[in-house]
Amino acid sequence: MMNKIAVDMIKEQEKSKEYIKQMGTRVLVCAGTGCVANGSLDVVKKFEELGANVAMKEEKVTTIKTGCHGFCENGVLVMIPEKNVTYVKVKVEDVKDIVEKHLKNGEIVERLLYRDPQNGKIQQGNSDISFYAQQTRTSLDNCGHLNPEDIRESIANSTYLALDKALKELSPEDVCNIITESGLKGRGGGGFPTGRKWTFVRIAEGDKKYVICNGDEGDPGAFMDRSLMEGDPHRVIEGMALAAYAVGADEGYIYVRAEYPLAIERLRKAIADAEEYGLLGSQILGTKFNFKLHIKEGAGAFVCGEETALIASIEGERGMPRPKPPFPANKGLFDKPTLINNVETFANVPGIMLNGAEWFQSLGTEGSAGTKTFALTGEVNNTGLIEVPMGTPLRKIIFDIGGGVRNNKKFKAVQIGGPSGGCLTEEHLDLPLDYASLLKAGAMVGSGGLVVLNEDTCIVEVARFFMNFTQNESCGKCVPCREGTKNMLRILEKIVEGKAELSDLDILEELALAVKDGSLCGLGKTAPNPVLSTLKYFKDEYLAHIEGKRCPAGVCDAFKKIVIAEDLCKGCSKCARTCPVEAIEGKVKQPYKIEQNKCVKCGACLSSCPFNAIKEV
Amino acid sequence: MVETKVKNTLFINGNEVEFSNERNLLEVIQKTGIEIPTFCYRPDLTLYGACRMCVVEVEGRGVQASCTMPPESGLKVKTNTERIRRVRKVSLELLLSNHDRECTTCERSGDCELQILSNKYDVKDLRFEKLEEMAEVDDSNPSLIRDSNKCILCGACIRACTEVQGKSVLSFSNRGSKTVCAPAYGSKLEDVDCVYCGQCAAVCPTGALAIKSDVDKVFEAINNDNKTVIVQIAPAVRVALGEQFNIPSGENVIGIMAAALRRAGIDKVFDTSFSADVTIMEEGTELIGRLKSNEKLPLFTSCCPAWVRHAEQNHKNFLNNLSSAKSPQQMFGALAKDVLCKEYNVEPKDLVVVSIMPCTAKKAEAVRPEFSENGVQEVDIVLTTQEVFKLIQSAGVNISKLAPEEMDQPFGEYSGAGVIFGASGGVAEAALRTAYEVVTGKTLENVNFEDARGLNTLKEFSVDLDGKKIKLAIINTLAEADRVIDKINKGEAHYDVIEVMACPGGCIGGAGQPVSCKDRLIKGNRKDGLYKADAKMKLQKSHENPSVKTLYEKHLGEPNGEKAHHLLHTEYEERDIWNVED
Repeated sequence: MMNKIAVDMIKEQEKSKEYIKQMGTRVLVCAGTGCVANGSLDVVKKFEELGANVAMKEEKVTTIKTGCHGFCENGVLVMIPEKNVTYVKVKVEDVKDIVEKHLKNGEIVERLLYRDPQNGKIQQGNSDISFYAQQTRTSLDNCGHLNPEDIRESIANSTYLALDKALKELSPEDVCNIITESGLKGRGGGGFPTGRKWTFVRIAEGDKKYVICNGDEGDPGAFMDRSLMEGDPHRVIEGMALAAYAVGADEGYIYVRAEYPLAIERLRKAIADAEEYGLLGSQILGTKFNFKLHIKEGAGAFVCGEETALIASIEGERGMPRPKPPFPANKGLFDKPTLINNVETFANVPGIMLNGAEWFQSLGTEGSAGTKTFALTGEVNNTGLIEVPMGTPLRKIIFDIGGGVRNNKKFKAVQIGGPSGGCLTEEHLDLPLDYASLLKAGAMVGSGGLVVLNEDTCIVEVARFFMNFTQNESCGKCVPCREGTKNMLRILEKIVEGKAELSDLDILEELALAVKDGSLCGLGKTAPNPVLSTLKYFKDEYLAHIEGKRCPAGVCDAFKKIVIAEDLCKGCSKCARTCPVEAIEGKVKQPYKIEQNKCVKCGACLSSCPFNAIKEV
Repeated sequence: MVETKVKNTLFINGNEVEFSNERNLLEVIQKTGIEIPTFCYRPDLTLYGACRMCVVEVEGRGVQASCTMPPESGLKVKTNTERIRRVRKVSLELLLSNHDRECTTCERSGDCELQILSNKYDVKDLRFEKLEEMAEVDDSNPSLIRDSNKCILCGACIRACTEVQGKSVLSFSNRGSKTVCAPAYGSKLEDVDCVYCGQCAAVCPTGALAIKSDVDKVFEAINNDNKTVIVQIAPAVRVALGEQFNIPSGENVIGIMAAALRRAGIDKVFDTSFSADVTIMEEGTELIGRLKSNEKLPLFTSCCPAWVRHAEQNHKNFLNNLSSAKSPQQMFGALAKDVLCKEYNVEPKDLVVVSIMPCTAKKAEAVRPEFSENGVQEVDIVLTTQEVFKLIQSAGVNISKLAPEEMDQPFGEYSGAGVIFGASGGVAEAALRTAYEVVTGKTLENVNFEDARGLNTLKEFSVDLDGKKIKLAIINTLAEADRVIDKINKGEAHYDVIEVMACPGGCIGGAGQPVSCKDRLIKGNRKDGLYKADAKMKLQKSHENPSVKTLYEKHLGEPNGEKAHHLLHTEYEERDIWNVED
């Protein structure tokens, strides 16, 4: 193996750019988890198969497996940036067309282009597609545009330049100061000023310090960190190395849940490559700075995203939070001063170091600088991974980027921040998404999950869903969270089962406040948020369940009733024979009847009736 | 950074309070006379911060657990706001909802912290249903009952077992609301490496880990006309029982105890300090022999049954180094069933020997099969200090009307050396008092070996025995024993004599003593009480005890002689730490 040790990143970048140039036309096939599930690896194989022939005739074509492009709704995504073309929903059988028409003859395959669902107009490339055009991608800059398994592609795209500059021109204190000035705040949910955290660790006394990257993303529906780790692992590693230099650490861990095998695989490769280039390990870039990086696979407990539980887990202990103080900055991993930041936080660092604190501040709002990635899911047309400046109003995200609510249904609410966050309603659509505004509205930025809910969503069921999640994920250590969430869930279950009384609402609220105030860690302290925010904005819906014994959205089974219309029933007995619980009785050729106390509302009879006589009311 | 030195004060409910070396906000608040409720906070164990009962409101920082918050100048703390009361009261209600509320029949009824706090906070209306199923109760062993239906998961037992004893018999299993605190794989305590020291029960706020009560067995014996019931009282009990009667800790109540026990129907009241003197005769002679032959050194003491069991499980290479002398409890039993039976002309099975011990492991020691002769155990019933309180109470004895009484003879005469057995270092000190005189032939003028005393878990010192320097290690807690033995095994340390007591501070800190886990001063008071009792005595050396002399002359012959060996010595066996079949 040739000696690849890098000492000057500017030269390395030149070399890498040459390397990219000789690839010819680059076909970027999304190999994020979503597209892989949609068969993107077969698409890549097909391109490689057919692409080789092309290369002989014309200029060279290189097929590249990239990280997540973000527009998951339309996977498999194939981008050919040379001609600003993005093909959507590509199947293996489409590859031949792309190769024959586009790559050989320069004709764009129109049928595979994206059409605006509103007006049917073709949007050819990322710069035209409204989903991309309205975003500001900084930390996701490279994601989807390069091969995450080839360090040279990252280097060509300026990765490790900031590290080179910092190690050679800046003191650790300088680095901390730049991060402080940038106004970057923790992207994992807490929103603590990153520069301050770094400074705490820098000035903490200790013969040994650690840097930990929290990649234990666990909110239902969130996949920002996974996409970053899968799509641009070197950016995360560079951010960590910069942090290690700034705080005086020489060892680090990336904590990734084992459910993210692709992220783990790519990070492992990236670490090995970075070590080979002398960008990790000893005497990095020819300086005295050493940084050894490990990966620790987590078993998937949500609470291990809480920093002290995460630390316990790395130490081999039960993943349970520890009281703070002492804070990890003073007594963290193996009792040593430890810096712990989230994946996205680290991913923001190289950009700040390269472009300056002012550039970063110019991106967001006062008090919330920079951009934020969100996983946009639920009842929205364009689900996917997005990045917008802090302070972007919800309306822009949901209706411009997200393309509005699916099937032209009415927007009801957006659940933001996952199980720790809350629901925002129509009145909040113009609320700027930043730390302060969201907190004021009873929600939080959280790690960045955005679930759009339409008129067919039962808000009590949403609260029950999230409470069920936190209850299952409660570690069991402190009393309010362990016992409180269990009983909050029980009350919510009673409400959706139609068994609750009005007084249960008061108990629910009292419990919510006690759990919020009393819990040991962030999981418990925020677990009541979905309940509190929905109680605040949708109390009428709770009351409808309790007093009116009905579910306004028609979701909760307990309030459904399936009936047979006497005038339409011909007495064929088909439904009675279909019913799995023998709830339908009657005599042949006379109208049948459903015994409501036996009916389990499975709906089997509905489709069995040849006369459409059975209806859900 | 240099900060200007300011007076350290903070505000509690508006009152300015000074603080200096308090370890946390909780200690500062308690100093001002405000009680803060706690379950998981145990000042001698690591901080856990889980019960959330000690929450307070701190201006600018919201609701905080006071046990884990260091005091800072200028903090404005409120201890009883609406938010605080809600957290506490809701937590209590939640805990109670999920609790086996058969309080009246619980071992801890009356001093259960959950019961007391729920009462204080007026938790009356339980609005939540019990959502967990009842779990099986583990009462398989002679010492402890583990009932997870009463567990509030404060983790104190786990910390005690791990931090104090280095055993980790108990740990958390499962997650979230399914969490239980149990031995591995839900095994019974009997089937794992539990040594029955009971330190888990000593810190348990509820009846989830409780001492198995044998009080009724004593009354059965008392009410059986065919039985002669005698008691032996261990040294450490006399300085702790008073606490249950609101007498300050450390006060010696042995005379009142003797009177009360006689009123309760006990026929004869003797003292384990007597057999402690006998232990010194046997163990001291054994030590002198080993020092001469330079064999089986270091000699480990064997008075503490928890330590013996631990050694049998974990330090098998040193089993030959353990003194073969039985513990004072067993020596007393063996002597009683031999000497006293002859004197009283009763069958051994009809002489009921009741031990009153500060210890839960003594219950397990008493039933060891080797401690029996012809199917009759040497010691029939073991009561802890806590149980003897119940015995006196349920017999209807009002101690305030009693005058102190003397012990019965001949097994009631004891030296100060026997009394200090109850504190860590006492056995070694007592042995030195005798060994010095036997080896040197000189009179020991100053009997006080201060180096051996105190609550530190490890005390090391050397003594010159007529030119021969012997090195001693005095250990309390098994975690410390493991550390020292590890060093010995690695060749990093060398001793001639090692005294090991499993409980913190020695027997005064035994799990059978009145609950003291919230007060850091109590153990020290008890220890001082024992040394005070010793200092008051004319007789301070075991070998000068006239009853002991008579015993050897009339019954035993020479120390370590044939008869003495038969009655007063034992053997140890290697034990598995895991008895669960795969």
